[in-house]
Amino acid sequence: MIAFYIFAAAVFFILIWFLVTYNYLVTLRNRVREAWSQIDVQLKRRSSLIPNLVEVVKGYAKHEKSVFEEVTKARTALMDAKKPGEKAVANDMLTGALKSLFAVAEAYPNLKASENFKELQAEVSDTENKVAASRQFYNTNVLDLNNSLQTIPSMWVGSMFGFKNEEFFKASESEKADIKVKF
Amino acid sequence: MATVNTAWDQRSSNIFKTWVIMFFFTLFTIVVAYVLALGFGPADGGFGGVGIVGIALIIAGVMNIVSYYYSDKIVLGISGAKELKHNTNKEIYHLVENLCIASGLPTPKIYIIDDSATNAFATGRDPKHSAIALTSGIIDKLHKAELEAVIAHELSHIGNRDTLLMAVVAVLVGSIALLADFYLRSLWFKDSDSDSKGNAIFLILAIVAAVLAPLVATLIQLAVSRRREFLADSSGVLLTRYPKGLEDALLKISADKEPLEVANRGTAHLYIINPLKGQQAVGWFAGLFNTHPPIPARIKALQEMEGLSTEASA
Repeated sequence: MIAFYIFAAAVFFILIWFLVTYNYLVTLRNRVREAWSQIDVQLKRRSSLIPNLVEVVKGYAKHEKSVFEEVTKARTALMDAKKPGEKAVANDMLTGALKSLFAVAEAYPNLKASENFKELQAEVSDTENKVAASRQFYNTNVLDLNNSLQTIPSMWVGSMFGFKNEEFFKASESEKADIKVKF
Repeated sequence: MATVNTAWDQRSSNIFKTWVIMFFFTLFTIVVAYVLALGFGPADGGFGGVGIVGIALIIAGVMNIVSYYYSDKIVLGISGAKELKHNTNKEIYHLVENLCIASGLPTPKIYIIDDSATNAFATGRDPKHSAIALTSGIIDKLHKAELEAVIAHELSHIGNRDTLLMAVVAVLVGSIALLADFYLRSLWFKDSDSDSKGNAIFLILAIVAAVLAPLVATLIQLAVSRRREFLADSSGVLLTRYPKGLEDALLKISADKEPLEVANRGTAHLYIINPLKGQQAVGWFAGLFNTHPPIPARIKALQEMEGLSTEASA
């Protein structure tokens, strides 16, 4: 009889542990999703600044067509990218394109002096920081989830219910190559 | 053997140590309350020992819960504190906002204290009702990376719920202090004839407990406060990923000898370093009475995160 009680108690505790662990994993996964949507918000915000910026620069520097094209292409690539790795690559490309846009702007004193341009430039650089910040938050949450999915005992619950490791927001070498081919 | 004590390691170790301290503190409070409850004797007409313990807990609880609930209003009471809005200082606002995005916290209210001393603090009952205050001195004297490190430290206090923890600690310290005080006062009215010899030993024990317990409780409170500073340092570095920034900031702030006029003993533990400069004690024993760990110990912990110093500490 005592053995039965011990057995019943053990089953009970394992069940409770199961529930708690499952709920914890779901919470972690939701946090990752929420953090991902925050990156998306910032990336959209970034993309939406680009047309304005290009217009303003065009007003002063019509002949720098190649730079505008590069920026526009990078923007489109960013908006089309779906997976974290792809987005990270596209985001890096846009950063590079914007760098050359601002470098070009250096040669036009009137453009540099324009209030509108200054404001947009400040906005773009702040948005860049915000993307970096939200990416850091996302990656921390991914680390939390992946840690739980790779350590004993929570990995057992994870694999039983099909939890998957999430992808870091990071530009890997192979993906960089993939995207470059498209241009 | 070069073992790097990373920011992650230090963060977990500081959280663990806080729990250990809190466990023993709770145990200590229970023992003291028990001894003094026996000292008051059973309830004969009056409240009795247990009743008095209850009263002390309620008084300390209500006082601290009120101050905890309105903790973000402290800054409003500081003369010369002005709220910083997005359009008044975009640079500072964006610095705070971006660190909040990185830590997943809502952006707190930001206040500027018009004082040339270099300091900063954070408060608030939860992340949604939090406030962070910077002196105009710290904004002028620190570089961006240093200021970012300081703000990350303050936001970590918010994220780690330090206001809540310190409020809980204050309830325990307050109850012990009240109980001890009640007990020592009650001795004046005790009938000395009724005490037998066996009780005399207990009487001495209870008096010693009543005299020493408030002091011990205060020391534990300060130990918790120092532990949370180390924790905020390591959590802050996890946000900025740049220990050197905080090192430089701490050196600069501590080299600046100007005390912050608006700070007092009640709010000292909130600041990034002790604002009551000149009163900071040195040495092991005197160190027990500090709200903040000594700057060299904090710098050393930060250097360990960079892998520069390999001796284990903190």
